[in-house]
Amino acid sequence: MPKFPKPKAPGLIGGLGVTFKTMLKGAVTVQYPHEREDPPTRARGVIALKEENCTVCMLCARQCPDWCIYIEGHKEKRPPRREGGRERTVSLLDRFDIDYALCMYCGICVEVCPFDALFWSPEYEYSESNIADLLHDKEKLGEWMETVPEPEPLEVGAEGKK
Amino acid sequence: MIELAVNVGWGTILAIKTIVVLAIIPLGAIILGYVFLLKMMAHMQSRLGPMDPGGFHGWFQLIGDGIKFIQKEDVMPAKSDRRIFAIAPAVVVISTFLVFLVLPTGPDLVVSDLDVGVFYALAVSSLSVVGVLMAGWASANKFALLGALRAAAQLIAYELPLLLAVVGVVVMAGTMSLQGIVEQQQNGAIFGWDGIGNPFVFAQIIGCVLFLVAAQAELTQTPFDMPVAESELVAGYMVEYTGFRFLFFFIGEFGTAFAFAGLAATLFLGGWAIPHVTDPGWSNVLGPIVLLTKVMLVAFLMFWVRFTYPRLREDQLQAVAWKFLIPIGLANILITGALKVAF
Amino acid sequence: MSVDFAVDRQAWRHLADAQVNVELDTGDMILNLGPQHPATHGTLRLVVRLDGERVVSADPVIGYMHRGYEKLTEFRTYPQVTTLINRIDWLSSFANEVPFMHGAELLMGIEAPPRAQYIRNILTELSRIATFLLFLGEMGLQVGALTPPFYGFRDREHVLNLIEAATGGRFHPNFNRIGGLKDDLPWGWVNECRNTMKVVFDACNTLEELVAENEIFQGRTRSIGIIPQEVGAGYGVSGSNLRASGVDWDLRRDGKPYLVYPDLDFKVWTHPDGDSYSRYWVRLQETREAARMVVQMLDRIPSGPIMAKVPRIIKVPEGEVWVETENPLGQMAYYVISKGATGPFRVKIRSASFSNVSILPWLLRGVYVPDVITILGSLYFILGDIDR
Repeated sequence: MPKFPKPKAPGLIGGLGVTFKTMLKGAVTVQYPHEREDPPTRARGVIALKEENCTVCMLCARQCPDWCIYIEGHKEKRPPRREGGRERTVSLLDRFDIDYALCMYCGICVEVCPFDALFWSPEYEYSESNIADLLHDKEKLGEWMETVPEPEPLEVGAEGKK
Repeated sequence: MIELAVNVGWGTILAIKTIVVLAIIPLGAIILGYVFLLKMMAHMQSRLGPMDPGGFHGWFQLIGDGIKFIQKEDVMPAKSDRRIFAIAPAVVVISTFLVFLVLPTGPDLVVSDLDVGVFYALAVSSLSVVGVLMAGWASANKFALLGALRAAAQLIAYELPLLLAVVGVVVMAGTMSLQGIVEQQQNGAIFGWDGIGNPFVFAQIIGCVLFLVAAQAELTQTPFDMPVAESELVAGYMVEYTGFRFLFFFIGEFGTAFAFAGLAATLFLGGWAIPHVTDPGWSNVLGPIVLLTKVMLVAFLMFWVRFTYPRLREDQLQAVAWKFLIPIGLANILITGALKVAF
Repeated sequence: MSVDFAVDRQAWRHLADAQVNVELDTGDMILNLGPQHPATHGTLRLVVRLDGERVVSADPVIGYMHRGYEKLTEFRTYPQVTTLINRIDWLSSFANEVPFMHGAELLMGIEAPPRAQYIRNILTELSRIATFLLFLGEMGLQVGALTPPFYGFRDREHVLNLIEAATGGRFHPNFNRIGGLKDDLPWGWVNECRNTMKVVFDACNTLEELVAENEIFQGRTRSIGIIPQEVGAGYGVSGSNLRASGVDWDLRRDGKPYLVYPDLDFKVWTHPDGDSYSRYWVRLQETREAARMVVQMLDRIPSGPIMAKVPRIIKVPEGEVWVETENPLGQMAYYVISKGATGPFRVKIRSASFSNVSILPWLLRGVYVPDVITILGSLYFILGDIDR
């Protein structure tokens, strides 16, 4: 059984000094509803959809670890680009939902999209009181596009994007 | 008594004083709780504490908490001993109330200036042990029982250093009455210089430190808060209490802190007295303010230690009391007695 | 090969009933430090048999947080698995990804470029600092001091902000990819990192003065929970716990080389005592050492690409690999079996805390109840790591 160590004042007094100094130094609290801290540019807050780039390739829905992206699309015919050419078919989105109740914010969908239709935005204040409202549909995802920041410059020594 | 225009009997005066004391206990608890527990602790931890309730730095927080507690459902554990469970918080608060009865805040502002004031105050303050044991046992919860057993051992062990520290003061003052002790400090002199009277904190510095340490233990505050060890027992003997009963325990805890700080201020710092202000009219008005200031100073020390140190284990706690504090207390009495006779 | 286990159905029922022994006890009290308890970092249940305040026997019951990682990884691709394994030890998430990625890269036979290795290493050491700062603070809380955890959290914010600026996520970076990293560092990150390391050194000094030098803390932790070297090594305890018992073993220096540790100049801290205080002390020194390592790496970080040449659809060739690394909690290892698909066939995760917790029945005999809390705090396990 350990014995109580001989009282040496320095350790005990030093501790008191630390708390006293901290008390005088002021708090680090950011009083949230009245003040906000801005997250960095790359912060993974919400995913935004640029609908015109999407070709309904379904890669994002397939690669999502949670399968939280729901996509439905249809094909339409478009007139040929040149005279005498073949008719083109384009895929158009009917439904593109991301269920943020399931989303793990991993970013695989954004990374894997070959057509740059998905973007990260640092916006994080979209809590709802009803869990079904966390399913953001195509229009809402398009609205998040306004909050997507410009990509920042990279650090010294980095090569650019390949 | 202050000259009153209307002639009232002593019963009415006693009733008025009692009601004032009953009002002061929660008020004192709220002041101490807000300033030290909420705000000072927060700043020591680099945060702000409550800021919104009441608008200005959250002063309404504790009052709002009190209102919230009052309107909660009265829940008792199924297997608990109902009557004892209900009475236990009241026992703790009653013991606090009894200590307040002898605490003087002015030359006439004391409910009852007993000749054995100090002795009585220490005696009734140990009634809270019974309340703690009742709470722990009646809760039908093993964690609560552990906390209560620890509390019983600790509170009884630290009664002795508390007493020994006070004996030195009594020897120096020559009286056990608290008003008498205050008067001795106000009118005394330090080696012939009576600029600030003779607050016993200088002559009895060992006794003062001993009293503060023992008071810390009596209040079950860190570093002696084994009974309420938050990270193990999660509020120890109070764990099954909610709502109004928990409010009683809270008021009891901080009310007792106020009482002990008041006792320390009275015994060592001179209580309500300001040296050289002897006019009873002025003293009766300024006395409470002066006492409150001194109480806040003492409470600052107690809470500063509470928020900084980890807690001692039960056997280490007992070792500190029996092997360390009591011998020092006895030595203090010897030295004080010898010096008192010599000078 | 079939092994015949005689399933003792009575034993299973007893675990659920919190009966440690079936025989009638003679007045001992059974205390359930249950799944919900402030002292057991998560949902660990400790069924403790007390004689007064002394522990007669203690049995940890784990599994309340089992999420089925090894089964989940059987049906996911490598990037998806990376996302999941971030969440095993959530306080130092980046360090969980590193051995898995290293294993996949070994199977593929490619190596990440030097800049990627350096950045990986810096982020690993940053996550080590983050989790140890939390430990230094909340160990104070386990023994009763109320202010150290706030200092730990406050100073950890700076490190988390750094990780978020680089990877986008404070707790779950999900930054490693087979062949390198997802992105390069943002502009100004290196300077931010240097400033943050100064904050980390200050934080270590503050916590040392407030907690480690406090006589009451020393009285609560010295000679408590002594793990002898052979017993510790026999139970599989690893990491700072073992180094605090005097065993000079650190996989960053002694194991198979990974990341840029062979090029770094760092000291492995040990302490001869093996008690709770020495575990605290070793982690304190390791935090400082990690900050020094980060500064070294920041000075030497090379320029270049951060991703090796990998095909678009990555299929890892057939093979098996065992990779073990020095995670903040101890030795973490992955055994990855690949059958040539886009995802692993089987991943076996050897997590550090699982073995660290296995020593608890041995260690907790005959100690007081407050010491149980101290020991649990000093071993520093994370429930996600135990239960996976």
